[in-house]
Amino acid sequence: MDTFEEFLKRVITIAFWLLLLGPVIVLPIILLVLPQFGVPVEVANRFLIALINPLGMLQFIDSLGLGPSSLFFKIAAFPGFTFAALFATLVILYERKLLAKMQNRVGPLYAGRFEGILQPIAELFKLIFKELLTPEKADKPFFWAVPFLAIAVGGAFLALIPLSPEIYIAKSEIGLVIIFAILSFTPLIVLTAGWASANKFSFIGGLRALHQLVSYEIPLILSTIGVVMLSGSLDLMKIVQAQASMWFILPQFIGAAVFFVTMLAELERIPFDLPEADSELVAGWYTEYSGMHFGALQLANYIKLYGFSVLFTLLFLGGWNGPAILPPLAWLFMKLFIVISFILVIRGTNTRIRIDQLIKLGWVYLIPLAFANIFIALAVASLGIV
Amino acid sequence: MEVVDQEGRTLTFSIGPQHPGSGHFRLIVKVDGDFIVDVKPDPGYVHRGAEKMCEERTYIQNIPHLERPVIFDSSGILFPYVLAVEELLGVQAPPRAQYIRIIMAELNRIISHLYWLAIYGIFLGHSTMFMWPMGDRELFIDLAEAIGGTRVTFSYFVPGGVRNDLPPGFKERALKTFSYYEKRLEEYDKIFFSNPMFLKRTQGIGVLKREDAIRLGVTGPNLRASGISSDTRKDEPYSSYETIKWDIPVRKEGDCYARSMVRFQELFDSLNIMRQALDLIPEGSVKIPMRGQIKGKVGESFARTEAARGTMFYHIISDGATHPYRVKISVPSFRSLSAMPFLLKGNHLADMPAIYWGLDYWPVEADK
Repeated sequence: MDTFEEFLKRVITIAFWLLLLGPVIVLPIILLVLPQFGVPVEVANRFLIALINPLGMLQFIDSLGLGPSSLFFKIAAFPGFTFAALFATLVILYERKLLAKMQNRVGPLYAGRFEGILQPIAELFKLIFKELLTPEKADKPFFWAVPFLAIAVGGAFLALIPLSPEIYIAKSEIGLVIIFAILSFTPLIVLTAGWASANKFSFIGGLRALHQLVSYEIPLILSTIGVVMLSGSLDLMKIVQAQASMWFILPQFIGAAVFFVTMLAELERIPFDLPEADSELVAGWYTEYSGMHFGALQLANYIKLYGFSVLFTLLFLGGWNGPAILPPLAWLFMKLFIVISFILVIRGTNTRIRIDQLIKLGWVYLIPLAFANIFIALAVASLGIV
Repeated sequence: MEVVDQEGRTLTFSIGPQHPGSGHFRLIVKVDGDFIVDVKPDPGYVHRGAEKMCEERTYIQNIPHLERPVIFDSSGILFPYVLAVEELLGVQAPPRAQYIRIIMAELNRIISHLYWLAIYGIFLGHSTMFMWPMGDRELFIDLAEAIGGTRVTFSYFVPGGVRNDLPPGFKERALKTFSYYEKRLEEYDKIFFSNPMFLKRTQGIGVLKREDAIRLGVTGPNLRASGISSDTRKDEPYSSYETIKWDIPVRKEGDCYARSMVRFQELFDSLNIMRQALDLIPEGSVKIPMRGQIKGKVGESFARTEAARGTMFYHIISDGATHPYRVKISVPSFRSLSAMPFLLKGNHLADMPAIYWGLDYWPVEADK
């Protein structure tokens, strides 16, 4: 295998031949063999028509309940998991290019013709082809469950987050509460990973992550109470509607700051990436995960990054509100771009914090600040400013 | 903090020799919760017997392999060797060669300190501080390459002078690099040394008091960070260092922050020393011509210089043959090793990288 592009060519060739051979073998089976076993001819015919006529194909998929307006499509494709995963890979590429520019480097350059644009895909292939190693003394069912659980939590997190008045998966009166309920699974997963790996570094990393996530969930929830009080709703749709005249970051600046800091801690990003501090813990609770297991954990983390950034935009930056010259989705993604850039720049300019300093920051500074923020919200609401 | 080793409460694990934060070296660490109870350093993974190898080779053949333990500071470890051999031969390098040696040694000090700074940055999780010094180090490697011919191991110092003269136009090129680099150092200060997160991670961590520093025998920047104004270049001037004026950077705190700030200040000082050396450098030959095999007179010789990590000391015994009878090298890293368990005990596990690399311990140098 000389280059990545040659490899891609080979994959495409194989796919082409499979598609060509499929009708030659599969169609005769459908048309000739299946009716012999009592399957009605209409079903076989419908499949054949669908193959020839693309519009018929859409109808066929719709008739199965998988069309663009169906719930399955929303969850699996847009705005659900596939879209989030693609966005996450884009964020990875953007992160690498931005950090490279900050550090006088060029970053990914060779995969793809332009500025290493295919680098995330090349890495995905690398991870897929790597061996999945399980430590001999690991608790295997739990060890294997962790990547799937992590992805599941990341995906479930997205289900409650609307992207515009029309684009959403699930709508709930108490959306914000459900989001926090889902997020509170994360410490459990991390501790399971640390314990099941049967590795001392993983174990210490898992314990650190547990301390960090549990103590930062409190300021995370407290910092959003101000927003809930001002908008009078737990529904993210209504919270965004309430910001039509003024974004909540103005009256709720302290809340936004606390939310941003706790968000970084929940995402385990620098300066709060101590569960995976490579200089003393190898890779923290990720240590024993290899290949696509590791890829899945990283993907889950970046999906969470995307979810948290959208949540910050919805809660404090007015969501999709903006002048009507652009569609709502465009406004949302512009704000999202700014939030994600800010997270990445902090990664490039800061050192890692220590666990005791982190816990102290959480309990001594962030929680009182979040409480102070609630009183500010109360004052703002009673004065009738918002 | 005082910690007690209680049975059943501790977890022992080894950091290294294959660990992103250790180098060719192992630390057996025992922790109680987040606190380090006990540390046993386990060096020796890269011992190559440099001292024994010296006994089998002639004085000139010894030069390339003696550089290998510290390739970032190759002139630093070679400097006392050539001084000691010159003492055995009863010669002294010409004045021009002495100043060229100063320039080369200070270039190497900067290269070594920048390597240290880059690793210190990434150990504390600061990826930008890893990339910047690693990139800027190339500027000085290019300068050293123009003099010595190779990127890191130059084999440039020989008994009786240096191998070749400075290339034409070196002074202008060097001064241009220095003035550019001083601006970069201010940027380092802004992004790293003045960063409150960096101060939080290093101030008051791993405090080595004045009396402990003397008792444990650390040298170089580690000693200067504990409030002792000691520098071999000032105390026992060699190779015309007495004609150059600069202040020894000394700090009183003795913590990781002081150790890093002393090294940071030494980057400025090295630029200053090289500027003065380039002004003072006289014309003349750079090497005393010698024919045939070098044979030292029967006897012993000592030499002590200030390498990037501290005092580098050589003791050579000659029996009059073409190769030395015995060479003893005393390296600064091995002296830092004695302070390491003392500093690590009772600290947080997360402070381990900050203290360990803050001492600028280089395992290959310590193992020789």
